[in-house]
Amino acid sequence: MRTPDSPVRQGRTPRPAGAVAPTGRGRAGSRPSWVLLVPACAAAVLAVLPLGYLAVRAFEHGPGHAWDIVADERTVLLLGRSLGLTAVVVSACLVLGVSLAWLTVRTALPGARAWSVLVTLPLAVPSYVAAFAWLSVDLAGFTGSALALTMVSFPYVYLPVAAALRGTDPAQEEVARSLGLGPVRTFLRVTLPQLRPAAAGGGLLVALYVISDFGAVSLMRFDTFTRGIYTSYRASFDRTPAAALSAVLVIMTVALVAGEARTRGRAGHARTGTGTARPAAPAPLGRLRIPALAWCSAVTAVAVAFPIGTLGYWLAVGSSATWDPAALADTASTTLGVAAAGAALTTLLALPVGVIAARYRGRIAHLLEQAAYAGHAVPGITVALALVFFAVRYAYPLYQQLPLLVCAYAVLFLPVAVAATRAAVLQAPPVLEDVARSLGRTPLRVLREVTVPLAAPGVAAGAALTFVVCMKELPATLLLRPTGMDTLATRLWTETGAGSYAAAAPYAAALILLAAVPSYLLGRHRT
Amino acid sequence: MRRPLARTVTALTAAALLLPALAACSSEPAGLVIYSGRNENLVGPLIEKMEKSVGTTIEVRYGDSAELSAQLLEEGDKTEAGLFLSQDAGALGALSNEGRLTPLPQATLDKVDPAYRSAADDWAGVSGRARVLAYNPKKVATPPDSVHDLVKPEWKGKIAYAPTNASFQAFVTGMRVLEGDDTTRTWLKGLKANAEPYEKNNEVLEAVDSGKASLGLLNHYYWYEKVAEEGKDKVKARIHFLPGGDPGALVNVAGVGIVKSSEQNKYARKAVDFLLSEEAQHYFADETKEYPLASGVKSKTEDLPPLESLQAPRIDLGKLDSLKDTLAMLQDVGMV
Repeated sequence: MRTPDSPVRQGRTPRPAGAVAPTGRGRAGSRPSWVLLVPACAAAVLAVLPLGYLAVRAFEHGPGHAWDIVADERTVLLLGRSLGLTAVVVSACLVLGVSLAWLTVRTALPGARAWSVLVTLPLAVPSYVAAFAWLSVDLAGFTGSALALTMVSFPYVYLPVAAALRGTDPAQEEVARSLGLGPVRTFLRVTLPQLRPAAAGGGLLVALYVISDFGAVSLMRFDTFTRGIYTSYRASFDRTPAAALSAVLVIMTVALVAGEARTRGRAGHARTGTGTARPAAPAPLGRLRIPALAWCSAVTAVAVAFPIGTLGYWLAVGSSATWDPAALADTASTTLGVAAAGAALTTLLALPVGVIAARYRGRIAHLLEQAAYAGHAVPGITVALALVFFAVRYAYPLYQQLPLLVCAYAVLFLPVAVAATRAAVLQAPPVLEDVARSLGRTPLRVLREVTVPLAAPGVAAGAALTFVVCMKELPATLLLRPTGMDTLATRLWTETGAGSYAAAAPYAAALILLAAVPSYLLGRHRT
Repeated sequence: MRRPLARTVTALTAAALLLPALAACSSEPAGLVIYSGRNENLVGPLIEKMEKSVGTTIEVRYGDSAELSAQLLEEGDKTEAGLFLSQDAGALGALSNEGRLTPLPQATLDKVDPAYRSAADDWAGVSGRARVLAYNPKKVATPPDSVHDLVKPEWKGKIAYAPTNASFQAFVTGMRVLEGDDTTRTWLKGLKANAEPYEKNNEVLEAVDSGKASLGLLNHYYWYEKVAEEGKDKVKARIHFLPGGDPGALVNVAGVGIVKSSEQNKYARKAVDFLLSEEAQHYFADETKEYPLASGVKSKTEDLPPLESLQAPRIDLGKLDSLKDTLAMLQDVGMV
């Protein structure tokens, strides 16, 4: 499928359709200013720290030993399973995310605003809670894992696609219609290419999330690569195999990120012309109204009502439930505090990387983006041990203090915020920055007065998303938290570990409720 | 419409990073830091009594035994931990092999049967868990007397087990130590063909109790806990302690070791003595239905055969850290 030409490139006038597109993409040849480059490099360095640790541990007994671990039949088998699960979950998330986004943003769906909030809520459900719910109806293995993971991660696709749909100018579609394209072909040839970066970015996050997830697959008894890494930690007390296997995941991540970058194509994603964006007229659904409503209801029922209902059941039947509202409130406020700090730091670090990724092409921009993503598929336990390794050696006063935990969140979730920032900046017309520069503004002032304000809603949405994932994080929190500190996720782990599911239910419920607030704001979010 | 976003974010981050630092400064450092692989709900209630007995403030860091042992190894001699309380002997053996534990005083060691402590004298068992065969009397009249019977064709599809569970893996390691790798591998293949894998021991017990499985391999205390919670007449499953030193009758331990290079040794030693005191031993025995291991302490759990009466195989529990080879074998067979 040929992508339509960008109407805006470097401030040129739109070229007539059919003209050959130049091969240079974005601002080839222009290098990011130091104002962006220095903090972006700092963020990248932090993000690749775990990789340094992996290298140290994987080659501790020589490269031959590491190779023997990796070049194993079982490694290939597990990798195949992980990739299979990832492919299925990503495809399902794309179908769910894009269809729901289109329905809620572009059509006359009854109660569109309410639906847009409802389909964002699954973000608040931790994968292990979702898996637990599905287990109760006897779904396990591949099917159970795929279902649980799809149902908690499709908002990663829905949110950026919905934002892109709101941000695209309907003028292009109207022009296409006026030139005689039907609604379907207009969607395929004009709307879909506009959505591609958002959908691909969301799909990439889903892919990395699925690869690194341990909570759901362990409950579902489905052996994936990550579960293999955990098992090898737990059974061999040897850090080398886990590190060698994690290195495979890093290579896979780099390949995925590169692949995603290739799908971005050359289309422009910013609005053109003067004046403010005009919201598209909602498409009438006509006879499709009932199926559309049924579709939204089904997804909401399966992804939100079902896990929450399961928790409700546990709360109701719990004999081992000992309500301690004070402890719960205390844990909840701690969780909010660390998650907010994690989200703030992550967003701050992601800002320069996201801007560079959106505005510049070339080796430096690619490297920075790759670096930000590199550690994202590595299991949390490995990232946590990496930070233990560096902190006890080089930052001992910070070890097992909150700042280090907050840094761990930033390392783990940088891509979530980078993806949101990049998508938001892409939708801001670069020509405005050029005008500001030509009027003598410094790069820093352009960033502060033009780029950031234009991208602010998208960046804020990224921050909210990061906040939710920080709240749900478990493995790194367990290892790096200050001794004696508890988050809702660690309490949940303690209670389920003691086998008292009923006592765990209030914590799970509190976690979902709190995470639902930013999810709700994300769903309501209108650019 | 301009939002001073960058400023807000900066302020937020600064606040986020400063507040915890301030909070951290306000607390007194504890006299003893324990890394505990045992659950907080179990260990927590003991801590206050332990503080009295040890004479200092105690901080406990909870986590998974294996992950904490990896963390202790990464921390090396910079660790703040004075004591490691582990769910299984393997994690202690791993630290002992790396020279991260300090030998325990002889008087402490003498409280525990040599079978349940380290050959290097640097860790001791605190409570014991026996491997048993659970069976559903509706499906099985007389349970088999050896795990070797489980590979017979008549049990096809009727056995539940938890291959990723540390206790099951410790049992397989024990079998390798006792009967050699070839026998164990053949047996595992036979078991895999007959059995249905579960994630946890309590899921195995549920499967046997509901009749989904006829037999299950698990630790003894799961059944006693279930009986204590639901009443013996409600629980359909029964358990069988295998006789004659069968590998399926292994007794594994949860134990404790003093971390080397800590200035907390004095307190850590007192803490170990407290864990082996009658009070703490009874607490574990009552709470978890495990076997007390300090000499002279008898469990009050109903129907629990005395530890001495069990015909467990005699092996060096320290060798249970050769789990690496067990894992390789389990992976080979395709169990984990």
